[in-house]
Amino acid sequence: MDIVLLSRLQFAITIGFHYLYPPLSIGLGLILVLMEGLYLKTRNPLYLQMTRFWVRIFGLVFAFGVGTGIVMEFEFGTNWARYSRYVGDIFGGPLAAEGIFAFFLESGFLAILLFGWDKVGPRMHFFSTLMVALGAHFSAVWIIVANSWMQTPTAYRIVETANGQRAEITSFWDAVLNPSTIDRLTHTIMGCWQAGALFVVSVGAFYLLRDKHHDFGKASIRIALAVAMVASLGQLLTGHGSAVTIARHQPAKLAAFEGIYQTGADADMTVLGWVDEEAQTVHGIRVPGMLSYLVGGSRETVIKGLDDFPADERPPVQTTFQLYHLMVAIGMTLIAITWGGGLLAWRGVLFRSRPLLWVMVLSVLLPQIANQVGWAASEIGRQPWIVYGLMRTRDAVSEVLSPGQVIFSLILFTVIYLALFVVFFVLLDHKIRKGPLDEDLAAPPEVT
Amino acid sequence: MDGGHLNVIWYLLVGVLFTGYAILDGFDLGVGGLHLLARKDHDRRVFLNAIGPVWDGNQVWLVTGGGALFAAFPEVYATAFSGFYTGFILLLFMLIFRGVSIHVRSLRAGKLWRQAWDGAFWGSSVLASFIIGVVMGNIAWGVPIAEDFSYRGSLLAQLHPYPLLMGGAVVALFLMHGAIYLVLKTDGDLNTQVRRWVRPTIVGFVVMYGLITAATLLFVPRLVNPFWVHPWLVVVPVANILAIANIPREMHKGREMAAFLSSAAAIALLLGVLGIGMFPEMIHGNGTPGTSLTAFNAASSQQTLATMLALAGVGMPLVLGYTFNIYRVFRGKVKIDSMSY
Repeated sequence: MDIVLLSRLQFAITIGFHYLYPPLSIGLGLILVLMEGLYLKTRNPLYLQMTRFWVRIFGLVFAFGVGTGIVMEFEFGTNWARYSRYVGDIFGGPLAAEGIFAFFLESGFLAILLFGWDKVGPRMHFFSTLMVALGAHFSAVWIIVANSWMQTPTAYRIVETANGQRAEITSFWDAVLNPSTIDRLTHTIMGCWQAGALFVVSVGAFYLLRDKHHDFGKASIRIALAVAMVASLGQLLTGHGSAVTIARHQPAKLAAFEGIYQTGADADMTVLGWVDEEAQTVHGIRVPGMLSYLVGGSRETVIKGLDDFPADERPPVQTTFQLYHLMVAIGMTLIAITWGGGLLAWRGVLFRSRPLLWVMVLSVLLPQIANQVGWAASEIGRQPWIVYGLMRTRDAVSEVLSPGQVIFSLILFTVIYLALFVVFFVLLDHKIRKGPLDEDLAAPPEVT
Repeated sequence: MDGGHLNVIWYLLVGVLFTGYAILDGFDLGVGGLHLLARKDHDRRVFLNAIGPVWDGNQVWLVTGGGALFAAFPEVYATAFSGFYTGFILLLFMLIFRGVSIHVRSLRAGKLWRQAWDGAFWGSSVLASFIIGVVMGNIAWGVPIAEDFSYRGSLLAQLHPYPLLMGGAVVALFLMHGAIYLVLKTDGDLNTQVRRWVRPTIVGFVVMYGLITAATLLFVPRLVNPFWVHPWLVVVPVANILAIANIPREMHKGREMAAFLSSAAAIALLLGVLGIGMFPEMIHGNGTPGTSLTAFNAASSQQTLATMLALAGVGMPLVLGYTFNIYRVFRGKVKIDSMSY
């Protein structure tokens, strides 16, 4: 088998599995700040109990996120050595910055978050929670910076070195703030907030369905649902911004997202459809001219079609199209669920209706799926490039790998990650069933 | 700055990050290696909680070291990680297992559950230390490097006696370092028990240290050359020996913290000796002369080195500041409570 394909498969599996956790830490991080902030403000022990319960869940999520995350730090070297040599001058910086500004902060203050309740005062503990949440967000910042540079590379020049050509940076901040960074960062963060918030909502609703921990469940749902409402709308706005940027800077990707084959004005947006790659057309429910309108504010806006690109510079259309449309569909559903849920919670109906509570319990899956397929659409839509327009994925793998080595690691990763997921699930289930502890209502002794 | 000063600074900084990793994760890997020697469940929990609040942050030194290597010396990053592919993949699995076993081991009361995770914690700690040593040994000994800087050897070639000996030396070093750390963190009977492990681990390390030094003098004279050229550099290995000799002295005098700091200094000086011996090479190329990856031919552009230095200059003092304070918060003996592992 081909080591490019094997390495791509391995990267997809390792990043896909890893990416179950960071969105939860980022979203939960924000919610912990809100919960503990409310406790400090009101001194209501319920908020302390909530904070402590969710801190324990956070610890579990974090442990799995870190374990699977170290793999990502080194996989560029193990499998994508030629890529690392070619763009390391630019791409390595954000990864190093992530370590210095995000990981140290997050893991350092996590110690106090988890184990420091009796060792520091409540304000210092709250500060630690804030730092952990900030660290989690910083991590997203630097990773999105690195990935966005691969999508819309800027501020580089090609230089001849002792070991052939490579890309060198011309301006660090221009590379950091490349055209897609801000849109993609905000869009990703909104996805993370929804993942964390609906996780909290789901557990809260589960307790209400089981007729236990009523106050805890309701308060958890109220806080988290408020976050989810903001984030689901934010997701829509940032998604729109992202699409406009993609139209300008990665037109082949946008064409694949919507299955546009012919360049022209009045491009349709498909709500649900199937790409006929042979006939180069899309069957489905369309909104006429909507894509042109959304991208440029008028139906006259010209959208580049795949016919503008040679066949070997087009992404796989059907896959990109379906992943993208699934993401959008889930995003819209989430707006309905969070705003509908918020309204019904405000009217007091939500907490009494078992079917609605079940919707809340199951809603936890939606942002996770959307985050996964959204990333996949973004990465597959960039193909055949690893760095858009600059380096092809097939030219990026390590020089020295044998298929046997990669098959070995691929099988190991798959087996171990499946086992890890089972362990994670069992432990999470255990913690959730155990529920909030009564002893967690007691304030810690004052530390001077 | 010009003329390669930045390359030298980054050679040092990457060295400092990996030294930070060796000192900090060194003791918690060592605690892992000693874990099964504690027989009682409570004692094992004390061990886990001795490193509980800090192991995660300690591991970040490795991750950041890797990131800094990528940013400053992408060719070294690419060659090392693709060349030692199988070794690094196994190291990653060990680190994953280790993290998960620390976290989940005490979450369930079942005997089999706890024994399985205890075993995983011990095995992954020892094997991770060993792999780190083997990779270091290969980098010091030298590996075949092609014109395009890629590694051109077999996996089996990485397992010859010198790297294996280095692997053993690193395991022994971390066991000693971890044993002294445990003396600081335990009390009562467990403390008495742990105290008895310090001497054999010191002896074990000194033996391995002697063997690896002898092997280096005999078979890798290249690493000794800089000390002939610049005799004043001999202060570093001399200080290293003094630091090692000081460990049993401080233990004997009952100054455990001083013994621990001495052990940390020994690790830093040991890596200092290696760094001086290697300089400016980062991976020695055997075979065709001139194929070594150095701080100059494997580095990023001057602009990137300068930018990253500015970022590290802002970030690392902050990191050191709060890391020191977090260690202070958790100083003293371990107490098991409801939030413990």
